[in-house]
Amino acid sequence: MLSSIKHSIIMLFLGLGFFGHAQTIEVCPTCPISSIKEAIKIAQPNDTIIVKKGTYKAYDIVIDKPLTIIGKDHPVIDGDLKGEIITITSDYVTLDGFFIINVGTSYTKDYAAVRVKRSQHFVIQNLVLEKLFFGIYLEKSKNGKVFHNKIVGNAVAEHNSGNGIQLWYSQNVEIEHNFVEGVRDGIYLEFSDYCTIKNNVSSNNLRYGLHFMFSNNDVYENNTFENNGAGVAVMFSKFIKMYNNIFTENWGTASYGLLLKEINDADIRNNTFKENTVGINIEGSNRVNYSNNDFISNGWAVRVRGACYTNKFTENNFLYNSFDISYNSKVNDNIFDRNFWSSYTGYDLDKNGIGDVPYRPVKLFSYIVNRTPETIILLRSLFIDIIDFSEKVSPVFTPDNLMDQNPMIKQIP
Amino acid sequence: MLKILKYSFYDLMRSRWSYVYFAFYLLLGVVLLFLNNNLSKAIITLMNVIIVLVPLIGTIFGVMYYYNSKEFTELLLAQPLKRSSIFLGQYLGVALSLSMSLILGLGIPFIFYGLFKSNVIWDFSLLLITGTFLTFIFTALAFNIALSNENKIKGFGYAILLWLFLAVVYDGIFLMSLILFEDYPLDKLSLTGTMLNPIDLSRTLILLKLDISALLGYTGAIFKRFFGTNLGFIVSLTMLLVWVILPVLRIVSKSKRKDF
Amino acid sequence: MIQIEQLHKQFGKNVVLNGVDLNINNGGIFAVLGPNGSGKTTLIKSILGMVVPNKGTISIQGTNIKKNSEYRKHIDYLPQIANFPNNLKVKELIRMIKDLRGETTNEQELIARFKLEPFLDKKLGNLSGGTKQKVNIVLTFMFNSPLVILDEPTTGLDPIALIHLKALIQAEKEKGKTVLITSHIMSFVEEIADEIVFLLEGVIYFKGTLHELKTKTSQPDLEHAIASILTTNHA
Repeated sequence: MLSSIKHSIIMLFLGLGFFGHAQTIEVCPTCPISSIKEAIKIAQPNDTIIVKKGTYKAYDIVIDKPLTIIGKDHPVIDGDLKGEIITITSDYVTLDGFFIINVGTSYTKDYAAVRVKRSQHFVIQNLVLEKLFFGIYLEKSKNGKVFHNKIVGNAVAEHNSGNGIQLWYSQNVEIEHNFVEGVRDGIYLEFSDYCTIKNNVSSNNLRYGLHFMFSNNDVYENNTFENNGAGVAVMFSKFIKMYNNIFTENWGTASYGLLLKEINDADIRNNTFKENTVGINIEGSNRVNYSNNDFISNGWAVRVRGACYTNKFTENNFLYNSFDISYNSKVNDNIFDRNFWSSYTGYDLDKNGIGDVPYRPVKLFSYIVNRTPETIILLRSLFIDIIDFSEKVSPVFTPDNLMDQNPMIKQIP
Repeated sequence: MLKILKYSFYDLMRSRWSYVYFAFYLLLGVVLLFLNNNLSKAIITLMNVIIVLVPLIGTIFGVMYYYNSKEFTELLLAQPLKRSSIFLGQYLGVALSLSMSLILGLGIPFIFYGLFKSNVIWDFSLLLITGTFLTFIFTALAFNIALSNENKIKGFGYAILLWLFLAVVYDGIFLMSLILFEDYPLDKLSLTGTMLNPIDLSRTLILLKLDISALLGYTGAIFKRFFGTNLGFIVSLTMLLVWVILPVLRIVSKSKRKDF
Repeated sequence: MIQIEQLHKQFGKNVVLNGVDLNINNGGIFAVLGPNGSGKTTLIKSILGMVVPNKGTISIQGTNIKKNSEYRKHIDYLPQIANFPNNLKVKELIRMIKDLRGETTNEQELIARFKLEPFLDKKLGNLSGGTKQKVNIVLTFMFNSPLVILDEPTTGLDPIALIHLKALIQAEKEKGKTVLITSHIMSFVEEIADEIVFLLEGVIYFKGTLHELKTKTSQPDLEHAIASILTTNHA
């Protein structure tokens, strides 16, 4: 219902926008025009092609003029594993409502179900992609939208699988309400700036649910990243905003809810990190603000490795993590202030809601575990509690200025 | 044996110490839940308490019961009863009454708190199961110590030492050896080390529930198989059972050879 | 009734029984005497199966007691120190022992004789030493077994109870039972015992009637007879 309203609005818009000259071409297996390629060939710019229910075997479909191509009742485009299926090379193309399967796999070419090449103002929506190599691949494209697509891969190994939605040198793209699973990276941005990634669910992917490389000024919010090889990776990027996302059950040896590597000036707010091996893994990242996040039942809520300067952790909830913070150096230049720590045991005599003794989130044991990982088996042992306590009283191995001077007594709402 | 068990159990259920123990757990449960108002935190605190305190109380109580009922035991020995039935009966009486105090003491406040509607019920049940196992293991160890030592003071001394060793010292040595041999693959060593100490074993069982996220962070293949599948759970439970059976067998054989 | 052959027992390096041979075939009251550490209690406990001998055999009513517990059905034993589970009531203790051994013959009569009715609902932990000993006696005599073993039965008893106890022992003898007693009270032994079994340094030094013992040592009473044995042996 909703999507049909959207269709009509889009068609209305297109109709009005292009002086009403646009025509509609119908494609169905028994129609005079029974192939999509043929329909594109005869269509004039700004025409609408309506593809009816049926299975269309086709690959290398090139959309080289501004067209609106709509599938009715999800017609199937079967690429027969022969190569790329749809390539968009024109501006103002809308692709809507197809079931696209069997993208060819190659070790030399990144075949995609849908590729947008050097184009603007595209809309790709309501697609279902299965048995794919790459899903939706945006290449040097701008100002487009990728909405409501469902991408279900069956990737087993990283080297011969592709990404669900990939952006390469693309700007100002909105990626919303997509559902991606079973591919290498759910959503991958490389050299892509000013993109918005909202309300997506990315789960069960081999590598990352979402992956940024050399991309700046992007925003992602309200997404859920569950049970991926390693959650979300943000690398070599600047000014990324990460709001209201959920990172859960990213379990494994090199698994994180969020991996930050060489990230500067990011803002991480209102996210939930739950039951990940590592909530956030930070390497060489500076001036990042972490506020109002919930870290719940992670192995490590935050693991800081390498040089990280002037990061700020304020008003976060650290709840029942095996380790709250882990550091691998004795130097600390980061600020922890007004967080709630469930393992804080201090008191609040002046009843101002702030604990009267500072909290030290780095335990000696986390230092030991960094050094000899197998010692993790002694977690929560009385002996470990004793040595942690002695370290707390007089820090020798852990940064002595690393503490939250104002630990909150009540959980932050 | 069942008759002895019955009378030992009745005797203990009426003893002051059972009430103290029961009241302690009741209080602990109430304080943790109703003052803290946080189920997850309560479970974590409880785990620390159970792993440290249950073995201590099991050992002390076991030794105490044995020495206190020595004359009564002699009376029983003169009756047409098998020695194994007398000692197993008494052992089970102590272990059962302690377990009852633990389960009821903690269970009642948790039920009132609305445990059945909460999803931590499995964590909680696991805690109680582990606590019960620890009670059975350490009471059996205590009986072993008492059977081997006529001298009460010595018996108590050894009991405390045993607890101190298994609860603290063992882990210290364990940690040192892991750090010392960190250049070698330590998967097997660390898992074996855990299996050989019932307290560590119970801790692992609980870690599997509470800290699985952290445990899965390690590369070793054996670790992965142990923690990533049900294997760890099954092996730990089996080992706990072995830890009950072995000392009980020794109670039987030791009691057969002993002079009273 | 009781056959003991070459019984040896040592605790560590301390030899307690060093080849005891003892045959008791008939009924009657036998007092097992001897200085401290002579092995009286060890002997009794061996008969009861509480001490496991190093060597030798013990047969009760013709059956070897080794690895056997059923023979104890035929023994009533009064232990030296009566200490019962503190939280049980007297009534419950009696019921429990009955539960463990089977039906009794004269439980009510015994309770009446030692005036224990007011204590039946009291916890054992709250009783005085004498009352506990009375309960102990009731527990022993309420079964009708052919062999009765009493270890220091007089401990803590008042004169009236003592009279009752003596009467009880006599009554058991008249039923043709074998009664084995250890005691430090020589007058008690002298009054009640038919035969004396005297243990010294782990062997039976003397077994015979009171009269024979007096004749052998040419002493007027038991106390002096024993003193004389001890002085001649240690002189």
